[in-house]
Amino acid sequence: MSVRTLPVTRGGIGESVPRVDAVPKAKGTFLFASDLWAEDMLWGFTVRSPHPHARIRSIDVSGALAHPGVRAVLLAGDVPGRKTYGLEFADQPVLAWDRVRYAGEPVAIGAAEDPETARRAGERIVVDYEVLPAVTDMAQALRADAPRVHDFGNVLRHVHIVHGDPDAPADVWVEGYYETAVQDQAPLGPEAGLAIPAPDGGVDLYVATQWLHVDRQQIAPCLGLPAHKVRLHLAGVGGAFGAREDLSMQIHASLLALRTGRPVKIAYGREESFLGHVHRHPARIWMRHGARRDGTLVCVRARILVDGGAYASSSAAVIGNASTFACGPYEVPNALVDGTAVYTHNPPCGAMRGFGAVQVCFAHEAQMDRLARALGRDPVELRLRNALRTSSVLPTGQVVRGSAPVAAVIRRCAALPLPPEAPPAGRGDPRAYPGGCGNVSRGERLRRGVGFAVGYKNIAYSEGFDDASAARVRLRADAAGPIAEVRSAAAEVGQGIHTILAQIARTELGVERVAILPPDTGVGSAGSTSASRQTMMSGGAVQAACAAVREALFARVRRSLARPRGELRLAGGLVLLDGEPVGPIAAFLDEPVEAERVYHHRPTRPLDARGQGEPHAAFAFAAERAVVEVDEELGLVRVVQIAAAQDVGRALHPQSVQGQIEGGTAQGLGLALMEELQLRDGRIRNASFTDYLIPTIADMPPVVSALVEEPEPGAPYGAKGVGEPATIVATAAIVAALRDATGRELNRVPVRPDDLAGLAPPVAPVAPPPPPPQGSGPEPVPWAHGLATGQHELLQEPAHEGAGEDPRPWERTRGGTGS
Amino acid sequence: MDVFVPRTLDEALEIKAARPDAVPIAGGTDLMVELNLNRRRPRALLDVSRLAELRRCGREDGAVFLGAGVSYTRVIAELPECVPLAQASRAVGSPQIRNRGTVGGNLGTASPAGDALPVLAAYDAEIVVATRDGARALPWAQFLVGPKQTALPPDGLILGARWRIARGPGSFSKVGTRNAMVIAIASLCLVLDEEQRAVRVALGSVGPTVLRAPDAEAYAAEAMARAGTWDDPAALPAPREIEEWAQRVAGAARPIDDVRGTAAYRRHACAALARRALRWALEDRRAGGRA
Ligand SMILES: Cc1cc2nc3c(=O)[nH]c(=O)nc-3n(C[C@H](O)[C@H](O)[C@H](O)COP(=O)(O)OP(=O)(O)OC[C@H]3O[C@@H](n4cnc5c(N)ncnc54)[C@H](O)[C@@H]3O)c2cc1C
Repeated sequence: MSVRTLPVTRGGIGESVPRVDAVPKAKGTFLFASDLWAEDMLWGFTVRSPHPHARIRSIDVSGALAHPGVRAVLLAGDVPGRKTYGLEFADQPVLAWDRVRYAGEPVAIGAAEDPETARRAGERIVVDYEVLPAVTDMAQALRADAPRVHDFGNVLRHVHIVHGDPDAPADVWVEGYYETAVQDQAPLGPEAGLAIPAPDGGVDLYVATQWLHVDRQQIAPCLGLPAHKVRLHLAGVGGAFGAREDLSMQIHASLLALRTGRPVKIAYGREESFLGHVHRHPARIWMRHGARRDGTLVCVRARILVDGGAYASSSAAVIGNASTFACGPYEVPNALVDGTAVYTHNPPCGAMRGFGAVQVCFAHEAQMDRLARALGRDPVELRLRNALRTSSVLPTGQVVRGSAPVAAVIRRCAALPLPPEAPPAGRGDPRAYPGGCGNVSRGERLRRGVGFAVGYKNIAYSEGFDDASAARVRLRADAAGPIAEVRSAAAEVGQGIHTILAQIARTELGVERVAILPPDTGVGSAGSTSASRQTMMSGGAVQAACAAVREALFARVRRSLARPRGELRLAGGLVLLDGEPVGPIAAFLDEPVEAERVYHHRPTRPLDARGQGEPHAAFAFAAERAVVEVDEELGLVRVVQIAAAQDVGRALHPQSVQGQIEGGTAQGLGLALMEELQLRDGRIRNASFTDYLIPTIADMPPVVSALVEEPEPGAPYGAKGVGEPATIVATAAIVAALRDATGRELNRVPVRPDDLAGLAPPVAPVAPPPPPPQGSGPEPVPWAHGLATGQHELLQEPAHEGAGEDPRPWERTRGGTGS
Repeated sequence: MDVFVPRTLDEALEIKAARPDAVPIAGGTDLMVELNLNRRRPRALLDVSRLAELRRCGREDGAVFLGAGVSYTRVIAELPECVPLAQASRAVGSPQIRNRGTVGGNLGTASPAGDALPVLAAYDAEIVVATRDGARALPWAQFLVGPKQTALPPDGLILGARWRIARGPGSFSKVGTRNAMVIAIASLCLVLDEEQRAVRVALGSVGPTVLRAPDAEAYAAEAMARAGTWDDPAALPAPREIEEWAQRVAGAARPIDDVRGTAAYRRHACAALARRALRWALEDRRAGGRA
């Protein structure tokens, strides 16, 4: 009997291969968008409103134009096409004309020979404002006498969910009020891009973004150009977290390039970056939970208010998520959820990691702990008892069809080892105590606490969107053998999608050399790098394209073989027939093989007037346990350990998954303990990394994680997205631990030292929960006013069989076509 | 913008006399931020980072001299016996900032949140300032005259700081909402001076400039004298006296509400830090003067 080694393909799925961008990023040779440079380029600048609400009486640009080195100054009147844009609704001016609606809104742009001149020129543009009363409080915005942000009012969307009998009696009720502050994505790479005018009258835009195609969908109409003349190329992205879903400098740089005929670069500084992207919605949440004595949940009532700021961005989808996830990953037979997103004159809020689920998780998990206390039950056991599973019915009436290992996630997390006891008081390293490098402690007034949280969210887009992803794969051979070229517009934002796509191509095609071509709009849309969706969606597209390439190659192989029957496989650069090599793959590649495929997720359905539908495609769950130490006198915190268990379907790159859990946890820790964009009268007070604090390595505890692998049916290899769940639960778990340590209520994040030291009482609502606004919902108000753009336009290809002519979600509901 | 790169102190002082508008730059960790944020556009820069005279550091005639150009990293390595100063240096920024940032720059910026400043105040340090016409030493309180204001003459440079070596324990602590890389919400430096039987305490970030708490200092020194602590480290002032000391220290603070913290919390933190610092000092004396 001969010993045979089976050919294997190295670097395929399941292996923690080195990232494709690891070496250049570690060496500092990776080019980020802010490093872009072109011969003869100009530097763009933006003039922004200092007022949250004002009428523009006049703008005098003569001083700037007279400044040597200034090549152009443009105002709203210079926008050749549509004057407004938006990710979902075109309610945001490219440049403000009659009025400004938030402090930081662009009113003029210009281009100059160098950055210093650009800066000086901006200061010479004189805008005469008539300051108007502003509404900067989300509850005030709902009052009839509040200043109107838009002509159609201040309600952006209202979602009303009725499930079962919300008046069902329960043995025990607990009630709470919760607030979350404005968090910023704080990507280290500020917004930047380079627009190069093209000979065909179009423009090539190199930009750091999360979704090239939806950017183009918004840019081209404003430039008055057909889509094919606006070509987008992904520049190096220094983090995104949702901040790059909306446009920032894209239209501005393109306008300036087309006007001057020269390449124009715009790169925001840190302060402008805080003004130039959306933030996480601040929320006010009222919740009532009713349960039976045995701990079974009977009813959840939730009233959610989020502040969308001056423009729609993705607020409609965020309040959709906040409302549909308000009850947590639990079986809740009766529920009443009312969620409202309002317009105010605050800076716009939009997408950020966790997307509406973060805010409600903070509330529903605090409620579960309250309930456990009221019932005298163990909080982990209470969660287990009510955990969702496959076939559970959600408050929207949606049946959970995919994998839902909630109980497994809870059990695995709870079973992870606890950290050692607190160090004895004394002169140890101060970094072992709260306050860290500040040397404030030898262990005085130290209290340890443990908290637990479970949460979940949707993967991919919801409520009827068909956010499909296209990919093209080409298999060819050169002197070095076979190589697979993958062309996908999926934005690599640092999360590692390029590495995953290369792994998938290796596994599917049995080759080790893979080239990931630069993402651009020359290939079909990959959808957004958000909603934890790219591994599932673009991974699915690459897998399908590879399968098509493989089938074409097999057809070739069969044609050239004498013995055409048997099972063909590709591995280790070889073609195998029933496990026996029949030749190198390269031998069959005189001509390259190429295929393009589009991957769709399971279709979803929008919500109806009672919040019923099938809004989500798939779910990912996570649990975290936090151990904290609090200096209860100084109100300082050291998070000692995070234990995390996450439902990942299948880990295609375990190290990346762990990285996402750790990074996601850090962002959740930031919201729990320090991250707050402070607004006063509509103005940001801390637009810098000096005063907007994000966690450092001295704030991050070790994270011990367990990956729960229950494959998701229909997803490539069963993999689920992993980017968001840790962020959702970390905040809730850490604050639960702080409550455990201090006995304080702590109903607002970030928790401040004043709260922990007992200097500030819990936040109380200034008024009772506002009644649901009359006559709106479930469709977003700007929808009814014909403002749908961006995503709505891009995704209007007929989505699925039977989806009807017009798959725009809310129209479909109205037409009653459903699916 | 002109950039001057003098090789000697004399050359630097000549340039400063001729060009008082030339802004000195040492590590640049404050100044370059100002420049990048467009808060300042000096006509000229004067690089003092290569001046050997500013890089001196060590004991000289019963005093410590710390050159203006000495980085925090060097302070930690070369002046470990100055415990509060080393602790303050460790609390500054990140390793990169500690490698570049200097105590002279901290003095030049004169922020009420400068971490080296409460230490210099508690040491009763003198700030040595030079012009072309010579050097003179100013008590720290005459040098730090207000928020971001110093008594440095337009043609002058900071040479360094000098203080008498005092025997006795001490510490520096700073409170911030992050465990590293944070601007102080409140900071405190305590020094016990065994020879003079004095207690000196200075507060940062809780007033327009660094503050001392003379009333609290006198109270603590007397309480220690009453208890016999100066002669017998095991004889401790009463807890009630330590509490009174802490309240008096907090009473010296003149805090405000700002984006970093509330006035109420700052005052509260001053009391907590004062209580802890005195207890630590008393503990350390009992443990054999290790400090
Ligand atoms: C990320 C970051 C973190 C920081 N963290 C802290 C912190 O935790 N604690 C803290 O206290 N500070 C902190 N700082 C501020 C800064 O690092 C310190 O104030 C440092 O001591 C400045 O020293 P420098 O040598 O870099 O000063 P520079 O920036 O070179 O100069 C600062 C000022 O002093 C003047 N100056 C410098 N040398 C002289 C001289 N010899 N004669 C006359 N004038 C002079 C300059 O003209 C300028 O006005 C931080 C800064 C950054 C960027």
